Amino acid sequence: MALLKSNKVLYCLGNVSPSLGVLSSRNSSWWGGVQMGPPDPILGVTEAFKRDTNPKKMNLGVGAYRDDQGKPYVLNCVRKAEAVIAEKKLDKEYLPIGGLGEFAKACAQLALGADNEVLKSGRNITVQTISGTGSLRIGANFLSRFHGGPRDVYLPKPSWGNHTPIFRDAGMQLKAYRYYDPSTCGFDFKGALEDISKIPEQSVIVLHACAHNPTGVDPRPEQWKEISDLVKKRNLLVFFDMAYQGFASGDIDRDAWAVRHFIEQGHNIVLSQSFAKNMGLYGERVGGFTVVCKDAEEAKRVESQLKILIRPIYSNPPMNGARIATTILNTPELRAMWLEEVHGMANRIIKMREQLVAGLKKEGSSHNWQHVIDQIGMFCFTGLKPEQVERLTKEFSVYMTKDGRISMAGVSSGNVGYLAHGIHAVTK
Amino acid sequence: IMSVFSEVPQAAPVAVFKLTQDFNNDQHPQKVNLGVGAYRTDEGRPWVLPVVKKVEKLIVHDDRLNHEYLPILGLPEFRSSASKIALGDDSPAIKEERVGAVQCLGGTGALKIGAEFLRRFYNGNNNTKTPVYVSAPTWENHNAVFANAGFEDVRPYKYWDAEKRGLDLNGFLGDLESCPAHSIFVLHACAHNPTGTDPTQEQWKKIAEVMMRRKLFVFFDSAYQGFASGSLEKDAWAVRYFVSMGFEMFCAQSFSKNFGLYNERVGNLTIVARDGDNLKRILSQMEKIVRTTWSNPPSQGARVVAITLNTPELFSEWSDNVKTMADRVLLMRAQLKAKLQALGTPGTWDHITQQIGMFSFTGLNSQQVEYMVKEKHIYLMASGRINMCGLTTKNIDYVAESIHEAVTKVQ
Repeated sequence: MALLKSNKVLYCLGNVSPSLGVLSSRNSSWWGGVQMGPPDPILGVTEAFKRDTNPKKMNLGVGAYRDDQGKPYVLNCVRKAEAVIAEKKLDKEYLPIGGLGEFAKACAQLALGADNEVLKSGRNITVQTISGTGSLRIGANFLSRFHGGPRDVYLPKPSWGNHTPIFRDAGMQLKAYRYYDPSTCGFDFKGALEDISKIPEQSVIVLHACAHNPTGVDPRPEQWKEISDLVKKRNLLVFFDMAYQGFASGDIDRDAWAVRHFIEQGHNIVLSQSFAKNMGLYGERVGGFTVVCKDAEEAKRVESQLKILIRPIYSNPPMNGARIATTILNTPELRAMWLEEVHGMANRIIKMREQLVAGLKKEGSSHNWQHVIDQIGMFCFTGLKPEQVERLTKEFSVYMTKDGRISMAGVSSGNVGYLAHGIHAVTK
Repeated sequence: IMSVFSEVPQAAPVAVFKLTQDFNNDQHPQKVNLGVGAYRTDEGRPWVLPVVKKVEKLIVHDDRLNHEYLPILGLPEFRSSASKIALGDDSPAIKEERVGAVQCLGGTGALKIGAEFLRRFYNGNNNTKTPVYVSAPTWENHNAVFANAGFEDVRPYKYWDAEKRGLDLNGFLGDLESCPAHSIFVLHACAHNPTGTDPTQEQWKKIAEVMMRRKLFVFFDSAYQGFASGSLEKDAWAVRYFVSMGFEMFCAQSFSKNFGLYNERVGNLTIVARDGDNLKRILSQMEKIVRTTWSNPPSQGARVVAITLNTPELFSEWSDNVKTMADRVLLMRAQLKAKLQALGTPGTWDHITQQIGMFSFTGLNSQQVEYMVKEKHIYLMASGRINMCGLTTKNIDYVAESIHEAVTKVQ
């Protein structure tokens, strides 16, 4: 019997009766009842931007880094790594289900630090995944199948839009803990602690390791320490999402501090990593998923089950990006080059934040824009209200999402003054 | 902190990969790997197609290219050219603008996305009880793909007749006639894995007639187009016939074998819809499924295929490369059969040359297979499936003799 789970689907009752499944005419279709899916809010912004003919238009929805000319940036270390790989004339044989072994190792070392006790004892299992999304999905599937605790996954409010459907499709349920304080455009530390203290034991809590998406608001180290203590007290399973290591502060160790602190404090975390932004490998889909286990024996069991999960989704992951990332991480001059370039990208963002605030002051804005500088990473939660966003788009051709989020990557020294002018105009 | 994973059991390894692992660990000088389905040259080495090397060089030197995200559904020029390969340049369905596609992670990924869509939207909403039929036997991952997508009832349809070593057409048609209405059938477009036994055109016509009359869903798995006969058109005959019959259907395509792009994960889910409006809605829902699985697909492999298919001289070179692979397999088939006949190995061995594609179902039973692996260091699947690509002019005598021994010594 067909179960109508979705109240969004309308049936063309004249054509298809779900319980009988009878096609009444040659021209009717199996898919008459399939609704048009809602347009992606971010893509919608880009579509509208493309149609705009204003030469001063700005696309601040884009979640990919742009250089100061507004162009995509292919890292030099990536180009060099590609040349090295091309020389090797490698074959194209299937990778193992868990991906390129050297990649998994380098990926874990990057997150945890090469001298981490976890790595030395072999009690982690790290698999190569289809970038951050693929990692989160494998993790969600793994928890859904093997986590004996509650089905509930607690996300910060707000979180990356795709977190919710990923966990939901994996069979988990979503809840939230307070995170962003709109009155300060900063961290609602008190609210977060209050909410976390009420989370039932063994629930899953998702933490953004650094450069929170979409707010750019990160806890300070002393705040992370308190969160860690509380999470330990509540016996929660920690799922770290680290999509911006290196990209947030410019320093890979600093950006991984929270992850390493939690592990040091005894949390056996699960961790998703992405190399889309920090290596600019977006379309190559490079990521990793790590489970920190009790010991090496448990890690072997967990590994075997991760493979069983991965095989019916895509069999084994793509080689190209993982090969590039591994070459960079394991070749000293390329690694040094990468660290400089990622530092450079982070610095450009930081500079744009400073210039935007300076520009707003110059325009005569009386508002406090300190949060623009305090926030970190690619995104900035400006604090603009939907009506103000609409005006900014209509009157100035500045495209951003309705929640007031802008991608600093879309800001350059050539247009930051214009942006400041527009923001001032709609907020004065 | 107590471990939340202390109860996680050790899972059994995936058989075909375990086989390769055992082969790799074996030190015997005459060992042969007839397990995993990847092409090998006559030197027993992997083969990166010359056209692929050429195109990869073009990509590396093209400064206009970057590593930006592809659209959720993939590289547009890849999707359209890949669908054309399956359906034909002059396909009426394409002309009628009712063919769409989703770039996926290999053939597995295409099956996965198609299965997820069917579970959500086919035969009602979230009707997990809709039976999914896979051939007996079939590629071992088919079961898991559909089960993991939520289907509760994945069943075998009669296919391989072990006694006569051929297609059990009557059994197949019987299952088509008696299955619950709206059942989903996974059909191998050509070069059936693992048996290498395909229906003839007349048999396909019979199968299509029943499926149309009983309103069964057609889901083709096309992993070997070009590789089976050496001809892209010939290998696509069944898919195109079903399209011409007017089915709304899916076809999961893999470019792992015919482009040798195994580890770049290049696949395409081709969707043939009733009309453009249905297609639009289907693709919008496919996007949602993709978004929570991998967000958007990897660009490298799709670029290689798109450039090749869309550039006449490169397309021509690719067709030749494909024929080279198919021809070597045909040669090995002919030689293996000849040698077994010359040895006087009991039984008939016509099936070796009648079967098509990468694999052959030898008919060896599990004890005979164990003998081959343990005593002769020849690695093949417990089902008796061998990968013809693992045979070379240098090892074919040893393999033939070993089969002869297994058949005569082990019952």
